[in-house]
Amino acid sequence: MTLLRVENLSKEFGAICAVEDLNFTINPGAIHSIIGPNGAGKTTLFNLITGVDSPSAGKIIFNDLDITGIPTFKLAGYGISRTFQNLQIFFNMSAVENVMVGNHLRNDSRFLPALFGFRSIKKGERVCRERAERIMCDVGLEEYIGSDADSMPYGALKWLEIARALASEPSMLLLDEPAAGLNPSETQEINELIKRIADMGITVVLVEHDMKLVMGVSDHIIVLDSGRKLAEGNADEIRRNPDVVKAYLGHRQKVC
Amino acid sequence: MNALAKPETGGILALAIIIAILPFLLPNSYYLDVANRVGINAIVCVGLNLLIGYAGQISLGHAGFFALGAYFSGILVSNHGWPPLVAMLTGALFVGLLSYVIARPIMKLRGHYLAMGTLGMGIVISIVLNQEGELTGGPDGMSVDGFSAFGWEPGNEQVWYWMIGGLLLVAVWLALNLINSPVGRALRSVHGSEVAASVAGVDVAHYKVLIFVVSAVFASIAGSLFAHSSGFLTPSEGDFFHSIELVTMVVLGGMASVFGAVVGAALLTTLPQLLTVFHDYEMLVFGAALIITLIFMRRGLVPTLLSAFKRRKK
Repeated sequence: MTLLRVENLSKEFGAICAVEDLNFTINPGAIHSIIGPNGAGKTTLFNLITGVDSPSAGKIIFNDLDITGIPTFKLAGYGISRTFQNLQIFFNMSAVENVMVGNHLRNDSRFLPALFGFRSIKKGERVCRERAERIMCDVGLEEYIGSDADSMPYGALKWLEIARALASEPSMLLLDEPAAGLNPSETQEINELIKRIADMGITVVLVEHDMKLVMGVSDHIIVLDSGRKLAEGNADEIRRNPDVVKAYLGHRQKVC
Repeated sequence: MNALAKPETGGILALAIIIAILPFLLPNSYYLDVANRVGINAIVCVGLNLLIGYAGQISLGHAGFFALGAYFSGILVSNHGWPPLVAMLTGALFVGLLSYVIARPIMKLRGHYLAMGTLGMGIVISIVLNQEGELTGGPDGMSVDGFSAFGWEPGNEQVWYWMIGGLLLVAVWLALNLINSPVGRALRSVHGSEVAASVAGVDVAHYKVLIFVVSAVFASIAGSLFAHSSGFLTPSEGDFFHSIELVTMVVLGGMASVFGAVVGAALLTTLPQLLTVFHDYEMLVFGAALIITLIFMRRGLVPTLLSAFKRRKK
């Protein structure tokens, strides 16, 4: 059974082919990584899967449903969530409210009951807030429950994005460079968090430059180069693949 | 949680008390008239703040909706003998529909482009009010009959004051309800990051259109109140300068603060009235207020003072 199937996917920006005729599948469960040198098309691929960009050609099938070209805001309902390489935090809100937004689709967002302050709305808000606080505790953000987002350090904001994504109860979570900008001990923590997320039964798809992290957590790795799939396999296979070593790490270098 | 301890409930209570004692402190009915004008502007600003402060979308044309509401009441009541309440609601309905039709394309614009789009919209409305002389009386304006509903009519400024004060409280209450709901949170998330909001399942376009319409309807109802309470309308109610005044009130009082919008409306409505020496320089004063706010307290008066107060308490 496959969770995500990408078929002949292409994306052109003018004359540049960011993603070219890409085919791969992602099985449910486990941790998958997409790696490749800068400009390989990793973030573009994430943007295509999450509807931020629409593909020039090809298909994206999620849970046997064709989700190609479906607008981003509908994909949360299908069980897809993501984080961003350059943080997309709601800095005009508190940390908890950031996570509460992640829960949007489970809230009663009818206009008139909200306008007239129905009791059911207020009750729903309390439940939603408690849930968000629990998720913050789960990912280790309990000390920031009372904080405003704009007063939090960079590292904590990365966790906050993950907490917000988890609040939508995704079946697949795309993490775009979660370790970028983190120090070694924070990277170790994110490593453990990713494993815990996978243990919750959420399929994790990771784009990451930190090879130690990728090789350590991934069950399945896809290597992209110039928008094409270069190799695929588990960590050992990728490490030994001569094409990968050549394209990704240069000549005569060993992968860690 | 103790309901009174919540800042919103405390704020509404404080506002209610201020509204209740204010008339006893005012020396004559001229000041009551000013207070009524404050209340009307505050209702517009509370609505406009939902759009600008919370959802992060600019409108430089909201005086247009204010004037449309006012002229709907004026024309339907004075020229066609409609009951004022029905005219007010018809105006609000029309403005709601019109703003929906306008918002669908215009809210796709961002930043400066949205500012230009709404500016153009306001100017078009203003031109129509000036040119359709047979309906609106053109630049000379038109007089409007008094308000009445179910045989009751507010006879003097005093009664108008209580009516406008009551409606302002209702407007504040509605705005606070909206903000402290999933709808309000979705609006603020649109302000924070559109792409992150849509990943979370927020239909960004829908919420932008929704809040544009809501703020337009607030303006329209305030316009109807103005038409009846002042008894006379000119197209200048809908011109560009009035739109700028409204935005300045929101920015000065505090974006993303319901009470800030009320404070901003109060300050910038009373100052030009009380300091009549400034009359010729009114727009200069508004411009200066806007620039000073943006340089020295970008979040506006009320949020800046509140956080300073919180810090001292700690």
